[in-house]
Amino acid sequence: MEPRLDVRQLSAELRGNAIVQNATLQLSPGKIGAILGPSGCGKTTLLRSIAGFQVVSAGEIYLRGKLFSKKGFTLPPEQRHIGMLFQDLALFPHLSVEQNIRFGLRKLTEEEQRNRMYEVLELTGLASDQKKHPHQLSGGQQQRVALARALAPKPEILLLDEPFSSLDPQLREQVATDVRKILKRENVTSILVTHDQHEAFAMADEVGVMNEGHIAQWDTAYNIYHRPKTRFVADFIGLGSMIAAKVIDDTTLDTEFGIMTGKLSNSVVPGQMVDLLIRPDDIPHDDSSAITALVEEKRFRGADFLYKLRLVSGSHLLCYAPSHHNHQLGEPIGIRIDVEHLVVFPQTDQTSASRIIP
Amino acid sequence: MTMSSDARIPSTLIHRLYTQKSDVGWLLSAVCIALLLSIPIFSVLSSIFFPASEVWQHLKSTVLAEYIRNSLVLVLGVSLGTLLLGVPTAWLCSVCQFPGRKLFSWALLLPLAFPPYIIAYTYTGLLDFAGPLQTYLRTLFDWQYGDYWFPEVRSISGAIVMFSLVLYPYVYLLARTAFAEQSASLREASHSLGMGLRETFLLIAFPLARPAIVAGLTLVIMETLADYGTVQYFGIPTFTTGIFRTWFGFGDRIAATQLASILLLTIFALILIERWTRQPERFQGQSKGTDVWSYALSGREAIFAVLFCSLPILLGFFVPGIQLVSWAIKTAPDVIDRSFFMLILNTVRLAVIAALLVVICATLLAYAKRVSKQFAIPYAVNISAMGYAVPGVVIAVGVLLPFAWLDNFVDAWLQMHFGISTGLLITGTLTALVFAHVVRFLALGLNSVEANLAKIHRSIDDVAQLLGHKTLNRFLSVHLPLIRSGVLIAGLLVFVEVIKELPATLVLRPFDFNTLAVRTFELASDERLADSASSALIIVAVGILPILILNRSITKATLPHGT
Repeated sequence: MEPRLDVRQLSAELRGNAIVQNATLQLSPGKIGAILGPSGCGKTTLLRSIAGFQVVSAGEIYLRGKLFSKKGFTLPPEQRHIGMLFQDLALFPHLSVEQNIRFGLRKLTEEEQRNRMYEVLELTGLASDQKKHPHQLSGGQQQRVALARALAPKPEILLLDEPFSSLDPQLREQVATDVRKILKRENVTSILVTHDQHEAFAMADEVGVMNEGHIAQWDTAYNIYHRPKTRFVADFIGLGSMIAAKVIDDTTLDTEFGIMTGKLSNSVVPGQMVDLLIRPDDIPHDDSSAITALVEEKRFRGADFLYKLRLVSGSHLLCYAPSHHNHQLGEPIGIRIDVEHLVVFPQTDQTSASRIIP
Repeated sequence: MTMSSDARIPSTLIHRLYTQKSDVGWLLSAVCIALLLSIPIFSVLSSIFFPASEVWQHLKSTVLAEYIRNSLVLVLGVSLGTLLLGVPTAWLCSVCQFPGRKLFSWALLLPLAFPPYIIAYTYTGLLDFAGPLQTYLRTLFDWQYGDYWFPEVRSISGAIVMFSLVLYPYVYLLARTAFAEQSASLREASHSLGMGLRETFLLIAFPLARPAIVAGLTLVIMETLADYGTVQYFGIPTFTTGIFRTWFGFGDRIAATQLASILLLTIFALILIERWTRQPERFQGQSKGTDVWSYALSGREAIFAVLFCSLPILLGFFVPGIQLVSWAIKTAPDVIDRSFFMLILNTVRLAVIAALLVVICATLLAYAKRVSKQFAIPYAVNISAMGYAVPGVVIAVGVLLPFAWLDNFVDAWLQMHFGISTGLLITGTLTALVFAHVVRFLALGLNSVEANLAKIHRSIDDVAQLLGHKTLNRFLSVHLPLIRSGVLIAGLLVFVEVIKELPATLVLRPFDFNTLAVRTFELASDERLADSASSALIIVAVGILPILILNRSITKATLPHGT
């Protein structure tokens, strides 16, 4: 199937600084993609390039096979038929909910406008608020008006720029899930930009982790977490730690816990020293286990404890334990090693094994 | 008071002990200032209740309709002119990128340095039959008198152009700030919903900036209605010239005051309308500007932008400025003598005294409003500030009437009881003149001082109080140092406005007391335009000062803090 959105080796500059560098991504129709990255990684600039608010310095953007941007050419935003959900929502404060939603429907007849407006009001659960002005609505309602307005003209693609950052952190995942339902019902291809991985995981079918202007990995959320392709992705997504290991062959590693087998994630040569990624969920706590480690730090998180453990070798591990397993600092506790995916990265001078990732 | 409540709310107690006694003092001072400063306004308004005189009947049946018509045509024309000049330039300078934008956004304020009457004189000299332009055209095409048509500057349309050229910066400034404060994402949202630049401006940016544009227009209309120098010189009968004519020509003070009261009520109505249109706009600060996104203009668009922004600066500042300079160079040897320096000295003396008094009253009022909880104080402050809306002619009338009455009363009383004749004690003295200027410009000082005082967080007051500083001490050691620059700016703004002021000074000045503005007016009225250039040039030069300050404070306020 032809991708709806096709971004090829895109670069963009802001005030002379290269912000997006060689970014490539494709998105199939109806899919929701998330671009995830730390602040300053260029994700918003990439999104604004797709929207047409940002001039590109190299590469191309195609939507439905039509050229949108290349160096020296930018199709004006108003001719792209895209929808955008802004970080500050950008509701027109002097217009009512109804007028906001109908703003993008001017080309339709009065009756078509009305029908489409009721459709999106229904879809977003705003039917009773259509005459109100934005300042009369709660934050969540304003969010839905912004979504309804963006969806009303049936855009080829919907761009969401950190759309939930104004909400309370507790609300975000729920709202993200709700928005996903609406987008799926409308079957609208969407791209979300966020620095919050929970938000990205809750919303998206595919996630791109962005670093220093390029897409480090574009994959499913599951693979991004369990099969990170680069050290940066492993670092940025979830918690984890690295322990040193030696490659025996394509499927075997020698670690301080003994021999581990499985498919190695990166191509490595036998005899090479590598770092093996260990997620906290790879290390179940088990009081009856023979392997023990000392509790060096602990963090109470309500449902569980996050323990930072020290092994005999001096390397560290992170481990979740149910919160009734309340162990003291310095106490040895039993752990099991339950590593399913052998994610390894060649050791370099800068990286040392047993580095703890926050 | 019981012990327990003492212990529970000590801070309230401390507060009361420190503030209650001095509160009455604040209240009394504020109310006294308000009463004194509102004398002119109330004496003008009270004239409505006097029976209409014969002169009034005469005015009503002859010229009143003309005054109203002319004032209306002027107001509508100038509103249109300032909108056409002010709004597009504001839009270009706030959201577009084109060569020289930074320079233009500052220079577009320059015409504000010209009082309308000075630009009117200058253009008259520049464009009349004997002026350089027509002379040049005649020699170029070998025309004679009557061979060609040339627009008459001294007409109502000429006046509209003159006012528009120097008053558009009010609209420009307020619209520019409004456009710049609009979140860029609003424009982006409009584009993402399929709207082009034109629709985005018409449907989003302009409606959102409307309250600010209306506020700017209100200032423009107030200035237009208050003008005396231009309409008098152009021979356009309006309310201000009518008040002069009735007072001095017919010698009917009551009828003149009644005319003044109509003008005053019109302006109050205007202000009410402006407030009313602003009422439903409760959506300020709903969205914050995140990304600085502006329209990059290139090619023909950029050239158009440069030309469009250059035009008002050239016509409103440089053309008349150069004409003034060339006149001044020619006539300075004849004009600049001992009496010219006396003129400057008089003007500066008047301006300094008025500015000092304004600053003292304004600081006292603003501080009283801050520290006292007396409910009457804010009203007193508002009443004191009313004068900003009142045209100089009206204030002059409002000052003359009660002071003359008081002088006559004192004189009669003393003569009756002691056989002494005092003559006129206040009328025709510098006191009356200074008083009128304080009434007119108090609001200007008050705004600046209040704005600066408001920037000091309340907790600073509390800290000073907890450290044992009483109100006055707190003011001297904490507030005054912090608002010093604001107070200085307030004084400077008033200083400049007093120098530019014409009609009130013209009426109220003591015998033989001349200011630069009055001298400029007199020379121009005698058709000695070139001779008036030196004094006019000083007024314009002084008028540039507040523009520099204005620009600095605005660029500081709207400087992007990075993203």
